[in-house]
Amino acid sequence: MTLSTDNLSLTRGRSLVLDRVTATLEEGSVTAICGPNGAGKSSLLSALAGLLRPAAGTVELDGASLASLHPRQRAKAIGYLPQVPEIAWDLSVANLVALGRLPHRDAGEEAVARALAAAVLGDLASRPVSTLSGGEKARALLARVLAGEPRWILADEPLAALDLSHQLAMLAALQAEAERGTGVVLVLHDLALAMNHADRVLVLREGRLVADGPPELALSAEHIANGWQVTARWLGDPGARALIVG
Amino acid sequence: MSGRAIALLLAAIVVALPLSLLAGRVWLDPFDPHLRNAAVILIELRLPRAVLALTVGAGLGAAGAAMQGYLRNPLADPGLFGIAPGAALGAVLSFWTGWAATGWALPMFALVGAGGAMALLALIAGRSGGGALFTLAGLMIASLAGALMSLAISLSPTPFAMSEIVVWLMGAVADRSWREVWIALPLTFAGIVLLIAAGRSLDALTLGEAAARSLGVEPRALQVLLIGGIGLTVGAGVAVAGIIGFVGLIVPHLVRPLTDRKPSSLIAPSALAGALLLLLADVLCRLLPLSGGELRLGIALSLIGAPLFLALLLKMRRELA
Repeated sequence: MTLSTDNLSLTRGRSLVLDRVTATLEEGSVTAICGPNGAGKSSLLSALAGLLRPAAGTVELDGASLASLHPRQRAKAIGYLPQVPEIAWDLSVANLVALGRLPHRDAGEEAVARALAAAVLGDLASRPVSTLSGGEKARALLARVLAGEPRWILADEPLAALDLSHQLAMLAALQAEAERGTGVVLVLHDLALAMNHADRVLVLREGRLVADGPPELALSAEHIANGWQVTARWLGDPGARALIVG
Repeated sequence: MSGRAIALLLAAIVVALPLSLLAGRVWLDPFDPHLRNAAVILIELRLPRAVLALTVGAGLGAAGAAMQGYLRNPLADPGLFGIAPGAALGAVLSFWTGWAATGWALPMFALVGAGGAMALLALIAGRSGGGALFTLAGLMIASLAGALMSLAISLSPTPFAMSEIVVWLMGAVADRSWREVWIALPLTFAGIVLLIAAGRSLDALTLGEAAARSLGVEPRALQVLLIGGIGLTVGAGVAVAGIIGFVGLIVPHLVRPLTDRKPSSLIAPSALAGALLLLLADVLCRLLPLSGGELRLGIALSLIGAPLFLALLLKMRRELA
């Protein structure tokens, strides 16, 4: 079960945002996409979700072109959490999470209940979303994706607006999904989070894939110097490393 | 989750409809043994008028709910898409050319105008399916139709035609017959069916355009449903009753607290509430003693709608403070 790109190029207006990216992602693991601002991380994630049309190359799910799948089939397989969260109407948490069932066209009550439990939202199910804190809202939006029971979860900066404990809780929920066999792909700015929690890291720079592998290799001091133009080194033990700049 | 709201509104309509038939310049006493003599008033004047008010109101209410869901904005109004001004322009042209006097011409001209605006909207909005471009295209069509309408009025062949146009534009269901009902009812019904079919996609849009697409929503297909649904409901409404504002804006606001606030839960109750509001407003028009004739329905609704809207704005301001 794979989600892969083959020589994928994307353009926005006249500029090239992704340049011949080839990568094959595996289910059951956490893959982080890293890179400086403007490197094309969000564009790659959107293309993997089937939301952007490639200028050249292909995106394939299990060897079949994503563009040839019916949008609902694609939506059942791939859950996508955008970078800027939006909740236009003041739904209850349970109704918000149930939106994840739309591609299945059923109420999916068990899946919704499981998603609420996984995101520790059981007590808040009947609350209007306007009364939630930022961290609770982020969990509710993740639960919306979980409720669709996708085989892939693609999340754009899901930890950016969260404090430390909420970041760890969110990561734990995502890692639990990966252990159950889901493919988890995250755009991450925080290199320490990627180093400590991802199974694999893709590093993009100016639209090109410049490193791809286990975090120790892809986020080596040399790659950080090349990608971010920053001198840095890692301290600490595997799983609890800290990035020291300078 | 809108079953309770639907039952409540249906009950209100069932009570209000027979009462509305009795009210008017000539009050009918249901216990009068000579009521049979009034059957003509009832069947040929008041019943089509009431059914027309219900139909037009239902279309405007449903269109407003769908528009607000699509634009994710509680201040959106079906007039924004330029379909109502397009239909009005068609009607104005029927007066201008003198065709309006012949039977079916006026509503047909208006429907052609609505269809033209729908086609133009679909063409300009293109294949991308983005909401912002779609709305701007609608605004452009609305202002173009408005300008052409003003041009037609200013170049009216006779002062009589001009006054006819101006009065018609104020909106009314007075002096209508079953003919208008048979035009508006099937079109409005079909339009509401399309809008209800768009409900699931509108729910997904709650999460924004990108998330909605990731949930399988096809933006272009949604736009086609909305252009069809709003075109049929609003186009048919303008064709038989002229321009009636505020219903599409106010009704979804009033109904929303009775539902779970999902856009799909709002469409059917908004149709019923719009129908009820227009029926009651039309009774008010008949009953108000005005020396120069009846109050026009479009004016009445703006007079009712503006303070209601102000109350909602003040409530919003309190909540934001």
